[in-house]
Amino acid sequence: MSDIIKIKDDYINKLNTENNVDKVNNIKSELFGKNGIISNEFKKLGLISVEERKKLASDLNNVKDELQNKISIKIQEIETKEINLKLEKEKIDVTLPERDIEIGKIHPVSQVIDEISSIFSEIGFSVEEGPDVENEYNNFTALNTPDNHPARDMHDTFYLDNNKELLLRTHTSPVQVRTMLKGKPPFKIIAPGRTYRSDSDQTHAPMFHQVEGLHIDENINMGHLKGCLNYFIKEFFEVDKIKMRFRPSHFPFTEPSAEVDIGYEIKNGKIVIGEGNKWLEILGCGMVHPNVLKNVKVNPSKYQGYAFGIGIDRLGMLKYGINDLRAFFETDYRWLSHFGFDPLDVPSNYRGLSR
Amino acid sequence: MKFTVDWLKNHLDTKFNNNQIIDKLTNIGLEVESFESSTSELDTFIVAKIINAKTHPNADRLKICDVDIGSEKTIEVVCGAPNAKNGLLTVYAPPGSIIPKNQMKLSVSKIRGVTSYGMLCSESELLLSNESDGILELKNNKYANKIGEKYFKKTSEKVIDLSITPNRPDCLGVRGIARDLSAAGAGKLKINKKSNLKYRGNQNINVTIKKEKAQGCTTFGSCLIKGVTNKESPKWLKDKILSLGQKPISAIVDITNYVMFDLNRPLHAYDADKIDNEIIVRSSSKGESFEALDNKKYILENDMCVISDRSGVLGLGGIIGGTRSGTEYSTKNILLESAYFLPRSIRKTSKQLNIDTDAKFRFERGIDPLSIEEGLIKASELIKQICGGEISNLDVKKIENYKKTIINFDPFLFEKTTGFNVENKELIKILEKLGFNVSKNKKILKLVIPSWRPDITQPIDIVEEIVRIKGYEHINTSEPIKTRLKPTLNYYQKLFHFLQRSVASKGYLETVTWSFTDSKINQLFKENDEEIPIVNPISSDLNVLRNSIFPNLLFYLKKNLDRGFKDISLFEIGPAFKGKNPGDQLTVIGAVRAGKVSRLSWNDKERIVDTFDVKKDVIQSLCEAGINKDDIIIDDKTPSYYHPGKSGGVYQNKNDKNAVAYFGEIHPNIIKKLDIKTEGLVIFEICLDCIKESKQKIKDSKSEYKFSDFQKSERDFAFIINKNFKSQELVNIIKSVDNKLIKSVKVFDVFEGENIPEGKKSLAVNVTIQSEEKTLNENNLDNINKLIISSVESKSGAKIRS
Repeated sequence: MSDIIKIKDDYINKLNTENNVDKVNNIKSELFGKNGIISNEFKKLGLISVEERKKLASDLNNVKDELQNKISIKIQEIETKEINLKLEKEKIDVTLPERDIEIGKIHPVSQVIDEISSIFSEIGFSVEEGPDVENEYNNFTALNTPDNHPARDMHDTFYLDNNKELLLRTHTSPVQVRTMLKGKPPFKIIAPGRTYRSDSDQTHAPMFHQVEGLHIDENINMGHLKGCLNYFIKEFFEVDKIKMRFRPSHFPFTEPSAEVDIGYEIKNGKIVIGEGNKWLEILGCGMVHPNVLKNVKVNPSKYQGYAFGIGIDRLGMLKYGINDLRAFFETDYRWLSHFGFDPLDVPSNYRGLSR
Repeated sequence: MKFTVDWLKNHLDTKFNNNQIIDKLTNIGLEVESFESSTSELDTFIVAKIINAKTHPNADRLKICDVDIGSEKTIEVVCGAPNAKNGLLTVYAPPGSIIPKNQMKLSVSKIRGVTSYGMLCSESELLLSNESDGILELKNNKYANKIGEKYFKKTSEKVIDLSITPNRPDCLGVRGIARDLSAAGAGKLKINKKSNLKYRGNQNINVTIKKEKAQGCTTFGSCLIKGVTNKESPKWLKDKILSLGQKPISAIVDITNYVMFDLNRPLHAYDADKIDNEIIVRSSSKGESFEALDNKKYILENDMCVISDRSGVLGLGGIIGGTRSGTEYSTKNILLESAYFLPRSIRKTSKQLNIDTDAKFRFERGIDPLSIEEGLIKASELIKQICGGEISNLDVKKIENYKKTIINFDPFLFEKTTGFNVENKELIKILEKLGFNVSKNKKILKLVIPSWRPDITQPIDIVEEIVRIKGYEHINTSEPIKTRLKPTLNYYQKLFHFLQRSVASKGYLETVTWSFTDSKINQLFKENDEEIPIVNPISSDLNVLRNSIFPNLLFYLKKNLDRGFKDISLFEIGPAFKGKNPGDQLTVIGAVRAGKVSRLSWNDKERIVDTFDVKKDVIQSLCEAGINKDDIIIDDKTPSYYHPGKSGGVYQNKNDKNAVAYFGEIHPNIIKKLDIKTEGLVIFEICLDCIKESKQKIKDSKSEYKFSDFQKSERDFAFIINKNFKSQELVNIIKSVDNKLIKSVKVFDVFEGENIPEGKKSLAVNVTIQSEEKTLNENNLDNINKLIISSVESKSGAKIRS
């Protein structure tokens, strides 16, 4: 018995100082191999009496377990050490730059159009479109602006022919005409898009963007117009309160007509929307003129409603602090990178319009 | 439209202060653009003090003065005045000032070798007196602490500038504005004094309005004023004219202008002695000409309304008078005209001749046809008062009588339109104050429209009048109605948003460029499309509608390269025009990539962007937008602006005519022509309108979910094949061997050169084979392998590489 204990203690000591897996394995076969020391001890069991055998077998098994356990721990220990050493050698400088990230951006005009569409979608508007090239009728005449009307002077128009029959639309309002001509009331649409006027200076670009709105049904009145725009402006600028002023104005295609101002102030050199006592004109609107409804075969004694036109670029400038309208269209890589939006930043109601 | 508050008060009794008036104007639709003192040429003259006056080194009679003008540094002025001495307070005019006496503009100048910055002024130079011997001497006690301040006090009253909408000609006169304000409760409109003018004799210059089809004049009123003395206007009149931002000319001209702005009643004064016998109002004939008061000679077309005498054209009625019959200081007898010209005729003529005058602006919008006599009387009175003379009886010739407009108005329309109610009593009061004649017939109001409101023709116009005077603040703010009539976006609108964002997510910056472009660049990209010129382009390099997005994209790519950027990815989504008619346009994406991939990378090899970079971008974007990759077919036929050997077209289906996309290198000739300097330039384009709308939504068109857990095998093959044989064909041949078992075919190597015969290439493919029913044994696999090899060899002429 004491022999086994001694063997055990000897080998435990041996294993404690061993640092080589191969050598540990040698010890293992020395002990448990075919003619190993412990194996041989087991063989001896058959030669002794039953009573002694029981006791010895139990002791022997304990020693075996202990040694085997020690061996496997040792092997693991050595292996862990070796792996750690290897990994230490493999260490790289993780502060070296990653592979190039290619960051694309969405143009502010597109982002703002998506924001606007998202807001109006919430209150049931659908999106319509119309061509950039229009005929004179849709752009002017159908909109109650006949040829001899001085209001035409307010639109510096690009023409595509000498008879002035074909032109680049000066506003998105012809989409109203197209929408109503091809369908039956009620109508509830917005129509964002490119518009063109032949003036160009610091605050005017020959091309800009508008969004048209039109809601025609049996009982739509100016209160609905006010409510709709109030909702839109609040949502768009993401403020709780908005100071808004409807001012009488004149557009040939709406009556009564209004221009809408929003209150603002300059704080630390930045425009703050919704407060202050300065007014900023941001859109024109009104009740669709009965002449327009007649022109598009809608019965004005049964249907009525409102229309509005908003300058998209201007809204974007206000919301995102962009000062120069011309820069929108100059494709300066620096500007696009600076003011552009992440492609995954899709404006939506549920996760907030802007980040 | 400009006027002063004082002028307004000639017509309006009001207790409102200036700010209240300003607010009220805006609230009733007469938008106030500005309210400020008109700037004066005299603003620049300031009080100054001579600190030190020393003798000019080169001229005994000149002095060099250091002058304190209230700023940090003193100014050096050369002065010839004998009284210029240290400590003198005087008036200094900086460079740029206009000297009232001679209207000369001062500039920095060298006087005998010494630079003089401005001038010290004498009383005579400032038109204060005739004293010209020395410079002005200001009293110490009054001016000592005013150095640097303006010498001339702001005497000019603040001027209101209104932006009048084109429907409101009546507010192009101060009286009309006063009437609107009175209706809105801002005061009481003053009643015009009855004139007690005495007329003597008849207007004996015969006036005829010819009855012609194109006659642009319906009424011509006139009177003769004999024995006038034309002169400079008195101060009050001059001030009025100045407040309009105009220059006083002479009493007679100033009076006609004053009446025009006061009553919105344009007038014209002729020197009666220069009229050849009679006045004939007629249509012009092509080629007739006259010299107008703007000193330009106009050659007329047919059918322009002219005022003429026996010698020819005197002026264009309602637009501009002529020099031949113009009034001068020496004019003794005048013929005063007050007429009605048709807006349509005025507009046509002024457009054709490109003339814009205050009279034209008013007649074009519609003058009160019943204001003929009123205008003549008011002007005659003033002329008599200022210039003397005797006034003849008024002579009014007409070829048409004014017809009243009557509207039957149901007050319910007001509530129906605006959503709120105004009591009938108040409603009638507003209309009456605006000049409407109101009578009631049960619920309906019968309204006679004032003659000065040509814009009012139907009931909705009445609604507008009431609501704007009542105030838009009374309109409720209703909760938005959320009812939806149809989905927000249709298929193509969704596609637009998907593709826009998926292209951007590949590292491209979205840009927005003009829809027009330079025809010289455009023609490189227009293929067979017609060129669409703009008749009146903003500039000669933006003279056509773009047939493609690339002209602008490449133009701006070059600009960014010139800014020093090397690796650039840009795209635009928008219209490309295919014809000049509405709707002849396609929505397309154009994208460009220039430069290198992995430039200056520490671990990757840098390389120039190539066709397969953009091919990946375009295919991936299409897939993300919902197109099935397995359906996509690539062809090598592309528009001529692509590199003919390094570009491809993407088709959605086998037999499609139109490609949905193109990609590849741009043609080297174009890069050369546009002088673009970059290492590499590849482009792609997607035509959104060419993508076919799938009949089903993606969620409905997905095939059943099936998968196999049986073992799959991969086999590699290498074929020697004709160089021009397309790998896509090879893949298709292999796939068609057994669509069920062959799960994927991937080309993993292309090789030409050593050991490969001339005109051939080696294509290596990896084929994955898997059954959905069992694990394939060696035998099965061998059979498929053999089939693959034999099919490829027989269908493509390839040989398996051994």
